[in-house]
Amino acid sequence: MRLFQTNKIHFASRATNSVSKFAIAIATAAVLVSCSDTTAPTAPSKTSAAAVSPATDTAETDGSPLRLRLVTAEQLHNTLAYIFGPNISPPVAFAPVTRTDGLLGVGRSFAGVTPSQLELYQKTAATAALEVVNESNRHFLVPCTPKSEEASDDACASTFLASVGRLVYRRPLEADRLAQYVGEARDASARLKDFYAGLGIALEGMLLSPRVMMVSERSEPDPANPGKERLDAYSLASRLSFFLWNAAPDDLLLKAAASGELHTQKGLARTVDRMLASDRIASGVRAFFDDMLMLEDFNNLSKDAQIYPQFTGVAVVDAREQTLRMVVDQLVTKNKDYRDIFTTRETFLSPSLAALYRLPSTPGWVAYEFPEGSPRMGILTQAAFLAAHSHPGRSSPTLRGKALREILLCQPVPRPPANVDFSALENPDPNIRTQRERVSFHLKNPVCAGCHKVTDPMGLALENFDAAGQYRETEKGAKIDASGSMDGKDFTDIRQLALVLHDHPAVTQCLARRVYSYGTGSPSNIVPRTEMAALYKQFEAGGYRLRPLLRTITLSKAFSTVREEQAPTKTAAASVSPAAASVQ
Amino acid sequence: MTITRRRALRGMLGGSAVTLALPLLDCFLNTNGTALADGRKMPVRFGSWFWGLGIDAPIFVPKKAGIGYDLPPEIASWKNISQHVNLFTGMNAFRDGDPNLCHYTGWVINATGQSPAAGGDKPGRTLDHTISNQIGRTTRFQNLTVCCTGDARSTVSYENANSPTPPDASPLNFYTRLFGPAFQDPNAPEFKPNPRLMVRKSVLSGVIDEVKGLEKEIGATDKQRLDQYMTGLRQLEKQFDQQLTKPEPIPACVLPKEISDDPAPGAEVDLMAVRHKMMTDLLVMAAACDQTRVFTMNYSSAQANTVRAGFEKPHHTTTHEEPVGPNGYQEQCSWFATRAMEAWAYHVEAFSKVKEGDGTLLDNSLIYAFTDHGFARVHALDNMAGMIAGRAGGKIKTGLHLKMEGATTARLGYTVQRLMGIDIKGWGSRSNATDKELGEIMA
Repeated sequence: MRLFQTNKIHFASRATNSVSKFAIAIATAAVLVSCSDTTAPTAPSKTSAAAVSPATDTAETDGSPLRLRLVTAEQLHNTLAYIFGPNISPPVAFAPVTRTDGLLGVGRSFAGVTPSQLELYQKTAATAALEVVNESNRHFLVPCTPKSEEASDDACASTFLASVGRLVYRRPLEADRLAQYVGEARDASARLKDFYAGLGIALEGMLLSPRVMMVSERSEPDPANPGKERLDAYSLASRLSFFLWNAAPDDLLLKAAASGELHTQKGLARTVDRMLASDRIASGVRAFFDDMLMLEDFNNLSKDAQIYPQFTGVAVVDAREQTLRMVVDQLVTKNKDYRDIFTTRETFLSPSLAALYRLPSTPGWVAYEFPEGSPRMGILTQAAFLAAHSHPGRSSPTLRGKALREILLCQPVPRPPANVDFSALENPDPNIRTQRERVSFHLKNPVCAGCHKVTDPMGLALENFDAAGQYRETEKGAKIDASGSMDGKDFTDIRQLALVLHDHPAVTQCLARRVYSYGTGSPSNIVPRTEMAALYKQFEAGGYRLRPLLRTITLSKAFSTVREEQAPTKTAAASVSPAAASVQ
Repeated sequence: MTITRRRALRGMLGGSAVTLALPLLDCFLNTNGTALADGRKMPVRFGSWFWGLGIDAPIFVPKKAGIGYDLPPEIASWKNISQHVNLFTGMNAFRDGDPNLCHYTGWVINATGQSPAAGGDKPGRTLDHTISNQIGRTTRFQNLTVCCTGDARSTVSYENANSPTPPDASPLNFYTRLFGPAFQDPNAPEFKPNPRLMVRKSVLSGVIDEVKGLEKEIGATDKQRLDQYMTGLRQLEKQFDQQLTKPEPIPACVLPKEISDDPAPGAEVDLMAVRHKMMTDLLVMAAACDQTRVFTMNYSSAQANTVRAGFEKPHHTTTHEEPVGPNGYQEQCSWFATRAMEAWAYHVEAFSKVKEGDGTLLDNSLIYAFTDHGFARVHALDNMAGMIAGRAGGKIKTGLHLKMEGATTARLGYTVQRLMGIDIKGWGSRSNATDKELGEIMA
């Protein structure tokens, strides 16, 4: 049985014949992992469970391993906001984790928890708990009134802690643990002579629990597959919810877990459809693309203010937001083909971005469509991509091409060799004015050309945009030539490159891989190639719409069936890209 | 009236809230000021200081070896600190058959003694953590790590392969973490334990029990992560305990001026210098106030993308694209490296300015500085430089320049661990393996 086979679920077929057009793309991927023989591919850590088994041609295993994943700051924030309302919003910024298989979401399955992280957890828990029980909020957020505000009240404390505990633990609190929390609230209330202060202390302890700050999955025997394990219903609920909503399950989802509905095909489909129709899906999709597109770089991005005065601190924040708004609008609100994000002229503008793009400014965020024929077309021409993959003081065709390969096509580019001869880049000829002329050195030097020929041409197509993402026709007085070739397809400018990308099979395959990995917290290379190919086909059959892809994955056996973690192997190490495990 | 130590302490312990009219008193020190009055020795602190992209040897390496070394232009800023700094040049980070992972292999060897086999081969425990396990367990923070890039991903400190130590990147947040409401001023005239802390601490024990329960449900790899969770909870417990206990007065501890704003974001050198100064000043008082005995300062990251205002190339790009000038070095690169060395000078001098006992805080510290390359233009792992500042409580001499004649950089790492009391007979692997302390600097 196919892991990504979903019974009785059909999507309108909008199959294209793109696969046959791009056999050359597969050859390109092979080039990428071998374009420099001087650098060994990156191995996963020696001690980490990130050391995964390689993708295999045979379905020797199925399902995905149980994970113990760190909850993100945003997931905690969303969860608390859904439980207590948007006013409960402690400032939350947790430590960065190591990106694995292209995703922070996978890295969180393996990241350690340092003492400074625990300090942050404790501060967050204390702040949130104080906000919940403060005088302004307690009467709305605590569903009972204590007999006295100066003394403990077990009954009221129990009502509150059982209700909140079920939501933050994502399963009913065990009776012993609830009794312990009630006891802690009792003691604290008595000592502090304040019922709500005591209740807050118990809530603080609850939010500090590893069962709250980490998602610990459990399995149980799968009655449909003797000898196999499946996620237990509450673990499945959490996996679904953090994946689709970027938050803990709501009451209905926990009820579906409790009733056994999640372990029936119809019940699971009903639940997934409800989740995909919910407004919360926008949060989930934002979180995924923020991760996949590496937009956390914007936490620290800056440009040389003397060279790019328009790239202000506000523009940095807005550039990230613009890309996320566009993605959600195209893929969630308008339910468009994923490939359209490379070609759409629709976007959103803020005043700071209007200034950057040299457009008239209107207050707040407004929808905007660039005119037909505009070079602003798709995600590559947005300031987020252009600025993030440039130097602080100048553009970089290599960084942009590398980002395009690694982030959007899942094609890792090896590190440069250490012994590169840079002499040709020295003593610059004053007649050299454009980046094209400058980086042409890369393609003349055989040591460099292996990799740069798969990065620079795409990056040069974006040279009409400077390091801040501003449009330009010339560089140092010379007209910019943005033509090139990608995997056998010629283009004359960024608009044509966008169309090439639109039809490139690696674009959609990459998304499907990343979405699967993000949802399960496991590198995609644990899935047999044949099964991944089935997922690609289903994505194609769904018209490359995101919701059907999410539905396929969440209803698949690969999502809910549990398999053993495989021991690291040599081939596994070689299958992980250099970029796959960079510290972020 | 003579105020004796006994009289003062009796006053302090007489009630839950006590006001002392006098600030810190010399009576809390022993007669010669080299130890605390209760006989405890002044603690020795260990610091790491990291800068990216190495040195420009022709204008960095002093001609003179030994005491009183000259200060070429790239380290001219050391004029006030060279007597406190041992400089080591001409070292190798041996990778044996492993690839030269640009801007990675070098610092990993410096911090672990091991050459990584591949880019994803993350360091195991870096030596700052080994040392903090030895000398840092009693302080409020076992280990503090900061960076000046503003990017919390800039770190050369690893607890284990899956746990890079996240640096504090915001001076404002770092100030609040150190000296905000949770800081227990050892010299405060009044001590009043917060009753809320007592109940907060009792709740922690329930959470610790929960970790133990969860450990039974998971595999071995995840168990290691939960062990870390447990360690973090124990650290929180310890912090609560310390807040509930009247601290011993510490003469050198002076609450730093409150920080209300962070510097603007950016990788521009002048901004980094501002952040470095703020972070250094906070680290100095964190050490002086015995909030930590181990710290790491990431001045820049490996492959430093530090920028100079108005100059289009960041430091790293410049190392590769700037021609070597007639004097054998890259002028623009040296400008960046010189700024880094100015920051190092500030760092060392700041520790030397705090009087502690009959010496200075620097005398009771050992700060180890290392980088990722020798000549970064060619990603060289030879001709590397490193520094050790401070006298480690009188255990070493300072002010020496040692030409290391191609010895492994691991000799520095081995020596500093031995000086910090780590009972190891050798350190490093393969060609970086060493059991030779730097005898020349031993007092």
